[in-house]
Amino acid sequence: MLDLLWLVPTIPLIGFLILTFTQGKLSEVPAGIIGAGSIGLAFVIALLAGIQFIHSDAPFFSQHLWTWMSVGSFKAGFNLYLDGVSLVMMFIITGIGFLIHVYATGYMHDDPSFARFFAYMNLFVAAMLILVLGDNLLLLFMGWEGVGLCSYLLIGFWYTDPYNGYCARKAFVVTRVGDASMALGLFLLFQSVGTLNIQDAMHIAQAQWPTAGGGAGLATAVTLLLLGGAVGKSAQLPLQTWLPDAMAGPTPISALIHAATMVTAGVYLIARTHILYMLAPDVQYLVGVIGCITLLMAGFTALTQSDIKKVLAFSTVSQIGYMFLALGVGAWNSAIFHLMTHAFFKALLFLTAGSVILGMHHEQNIFKMGGLRKDLPWCHWLFLIGTVALVALPGTSGYFSKEEILGAALAHHEGGYILWLGGIAGAFMTGLYSFRLYFLVFWGKKTHDGHEVMGWNLQGPLVLLAVLALLGGYITIPVGKVFPMVAEEEPALMYRAIMIGLPILGILVAWLVFVKGVIDTKKLAGSGLGAALHRFWFTQWGMDWLYDRVFVFPYVGLARLNKSDFIDSIYNGIAKLTLVLHGLVSDTQTGQLRWYALTMISGVLLLVSIGVFL
Amino acid sequence: MILVWLMVILFAGGIGAALAESRGAEHPRAVALTAILIDLFLVILMLVAPDSLGLGTASTVAQLGQHGDWLVLLKAEWIPRFGVSFIFGVDGLSLMLVALTVFLGLMALGSAWGEVKERTGFFYFNLLWTLAGVIGVFTALDLFLFFFFWEVMLIPMYFIIAIWGHENKHYAAMKFFIFTQVSGLLMLLAILMLVYFHYSTTNVLTFNYFQLLGTKLPANVATWVMLGFFVAFATKLPAVPFHNWLPDAHSQAPTAGSVILAGVLLKTGAYGLLRFTVPLFPDESMAFAPVAMTMGVVSILYTAMVAFAQSDIKRLIAYTSVSHMGFVLVGIYAWNAQAVQGAVMTMLAHGFSAAALFMLAGGLQHRIHTRDMDKMGGFWGVAPKLAFMALFFTIAAVGMPGLGNFIGEFLVLLGSFKVNILLTGFATMGVVVAAVYSLIVIQKVFHGKNKNNYTMADLSAVEFICYALLMIGLVWMGMYPQTMLNMAQPSLQSLGVAFPG
Repeated sequence: MLDLLWLVPTIPLIGFLILTFTQGKLSEVPAGIIGAGSIGLAFVIALLAGIQFIHSDAPFFSQHLWTWMSVGSFKAGFNLYLDGVSLVMMFIITGIGFLIHVYATGYMHDDPSFARFFAYMNLFVAAMLILVLGDNLLLLFMGWEGVGLCSYLLIGFWYTDPYNGYCARKAFVVTRVGDASMALGLFLLFQSVGTLNIQDAMHIAQAQWPTAGGGAGLATAVTLLLLGGAVGKSAQLPLQTWLPDAMAGPTPISALIHAATMVTAGVYLIARTHILYMLAPDVQYLVGVIGCITLLMAGFTALTQSDIKKVLAFSTVSQIGYMFLALGVGAWNSAIFHLMTHAFFKALLFLTAGSVILGMHHEQNIFKMGGLRKDLPWCHWLFLIGTVALVALPGTSGYFSKEEILGAALAHHEGGYILWLGGIAGAFMTGLYSFRLYFLVFWGKKTHDGHEVMGWNLQGPLVLLAVLALLGGYITIPVGKVFPMVAEEEPALMYRAIMIGLPILGILVAWLVFVKGVIDTKKLAGSGLGAALHRFWFTQWGMDWLYDRVFVFPYVGLARLNKSDFIDSIYNGIAKLTLVLHGLVSDTQTGQLRWYALTMISGVLLLVSIGVFL
Repeated sequence: MILVWLMVILFAGGIGAALAESRGAEHPRAVALTAILIDLFLVILMLVAPDSLGLGTASTVAQLGQHGDWLVLLKAEWIPRFGVSFIFGVDGLSLMLVALTVFLGLMALGSAWGEVKERTGFFYFNLLWTLAGVIGVFTALDLFLFFFFWEVMLIPMYFIIAIWGHENKHYAAMKFFIFTQVSGLLMLLAILMLVYFHYSTTNVLTFNYFQLLGTKLPANVATWVMLGFFVAFATKLPAVPFHNWLPDAHSQAPTAGSVILAGVLLKTGAYGLLRFTVPLFPDESMAFAPVAMTMGVVSILYTAMVAFAQSDIKRLIAYTSVSHMGFVLVGIYAWNAQAVQGAVMTMLAHGFSAAALFMLAGGLQHRIHTRDMDKMGGFWGVAPKLAFMALFFTIAAVGMPGLGNFIGEFLVLLGSFKVNILLTGFATMGVVVAAVYSLIVIQKVFHGKNKNNYTMADLSAVEFICYALLMIGLVWMGMYPQTMLNMAQPSLQSLGVAFPG
């Protein structure tokens, strides 16, 4: 079955082609069967290939399809590369992807562009698979851009609303800033090691780049540039501004692209090129710092949001912050582990939120919900499961991965302690904002009626995801042969108590504030300092405001000002000058003999006087 | 002889089309179609089965073997007294560009098919003569002959814009003519200087490209002569600040004219730089390279910004063409294997994508009689097939991996990074601004609401086939560019580009 690996990205691609070129002709059922079925089939093949791969005990499996391009010393192949990390990613993409596709057949029911939706979704899965299976950075980049495109198409899926289009463009352009940085990273890497094949490049770099002096500089530059791409895709500081707006897309998109898979591509990129980062310890630590700051920032912002999907979006930003933190302290496998558990519980949360939104007739404002646990019992329990996993209560999948990350931060020799402090503060915030959301939606006074949306394709995937969110922590990911071994130390009891206790404390505070009403949050957010803080957090620390003023407004303004292209006016000026001169000279042609005689005599006199006097 | 046939068929077809109008307005296009199809057949034969045409025989290749693998080379006397001769040749590079010309000629014909209703005979005459001129430019290897064809492709295009253009056609046509003519005169002057200096050192009066290669000019003169060539080609390309003819010409030209302009005529500028400017003046060109690359980068970024502000859809696409050609300029003057191959790929891919985008814009204008994007919106709901094609070619132009334009731009940047990191950094920002101006087109035209309740016919079967062919071309270039890279490599090596293993 391993030889059929190429089919895994190809089948979704075929699904995309069929759905695209039959557009409008296929009814919902066959479109849904092709759309979700192609991912299911890809998952089955991935599973069979994966089992064989694990049994083969080889460190990796590679498959050469064809030579993409070969120009002088530059060669890039269409080669697939499967190892423990890409295997885990492949399972997440096809497995979780399949569940979300099934859910979407229910969620998108009766949408006039049903087939188009599944076409884009299939293309996304194909691109994401190429991203994780490519053996060279150029192929990875192809998938990278492809998922960005699909993200754009799907955020703006309901295209008649210009706001959706704005959000889609923002997502594409902001991530492209990161992509440009990443492209420069590829150029520099190729120039210094002569290949973009990931494994070769890492080995050459390891052998050739001295750890001090010029080599360290190269490693620093390359990893910084790649990091630019990673923070763009994974919505980390300073390029995180696009993700909350990306929530304009249909909710299954938010689950698949903006929670489970695409936004974690930055984590994958850094883990994939981890040897380069190990050669540049400062940059690696920077990755951790970025993650730490982002997870805190997003945690505070999540606390102020009123849109159910935006709370989840900021929680995604925050959780990816944990993954970056893990990368920063060298806990590569923990980062991938958290990536996986996060995919479980965040997909569950988003899809359940989607059911809530459907049940509330497309209402997303959590302050217009409340007390829904009676009307929406399925949603309530599923959401609670997702939330406890997100908060990382002991036993849930989130607990295992987050505890590993925090433990690794604590054990990290230099500066790990600060990251750990940020991480546990974030854990408290996670408890607070998650249960704020949960309590506001499902507890308290009922203000609006809701109804449970039912259907095997809606509930089935949710139940499976709930099982994974609860028990997924017991899965062992086969990345031992990929990453350097980290000696795991059990943190001291006090630290463990803190790590378990703080989220619970957060829940407690959320309960006191949002159920018991110990503090009047409206009053708090209305007064001077509180209002300022609220606004500061709500607007993601004012970064959108800043970017608008520093980049967007000047660019748009300058472009509008120069709409008629000032260079053109230079040429038109020359043309006008010629016309004026032409006019002047032709004015002298009056046809009057005396005028000609006069000018002739004046000319002669002038010449003679010049001759005489000079 | 086959090269001459390619042109003769088009010249004769043009005259035939002009004459056929007396039989009815429908006849010229049939004549034109026949001529182009015959040419296309010949070109395909040259591409896939050169042996059957007796191409690349030992004698011709051996004759001028040191100048690369000429698939076909024809030499005959023309005006021996002045050392002017008929030398036509194609190598891989020229052949691809000839194929592009004939193929896009067919696309142009397809877009004119239902659109041009007046003076059809003269229209198709001009169309075919332009194509013949372009083929001449891509194959002539005598500088006098080259200049002759340079003019041949200009004048019919002038008529196409001036007669069948839109509301401001006379201004646009005149501007196009003056820009091209003035820069062409500079080139003529440069050619004469080159020939003169060659004569004064060797006593041989010749315009033969091969003999003129390696001519040593006095240092102070050489740069000026090189600049004469450069300005002519940079105007055609075009590069900022010589680009101002293009937005007017494009927005005013009929669809077929825009297709030929964007798809083919711009490439003659790039071809000229590759074939003549750099190989004839290697040292001067390398000294000049930082300036030329800067011009390229300025073109990329500046015109991207101007494009973003446009509300006339054809004007916007015209500016984006300048932006994309900026990559070609950067690639050519970076002058290493990846960069120059990237420039060639960009030429081909942009030929496809820009032709398609102009066909779409022209199709829209034909349907709703406006080019103003502020009046459009929501067309996805009205004409989904057209919208899908527009999305596809826009995405291609943005540089999506898997499609041809990406390969070109990536290789250009990969190569130029070795030469100048700073300029490459700025050029790479081009991919960000490309997204900005491209996506605004999709938003304004196809997304949002159909404010003015336009209704229109979706793509016809013929249109769909045209776009599908262009699409297949771009996917091929994007997924298996090796076909083109392999064809171009020997040519580029013979032009002096080093291909280290």
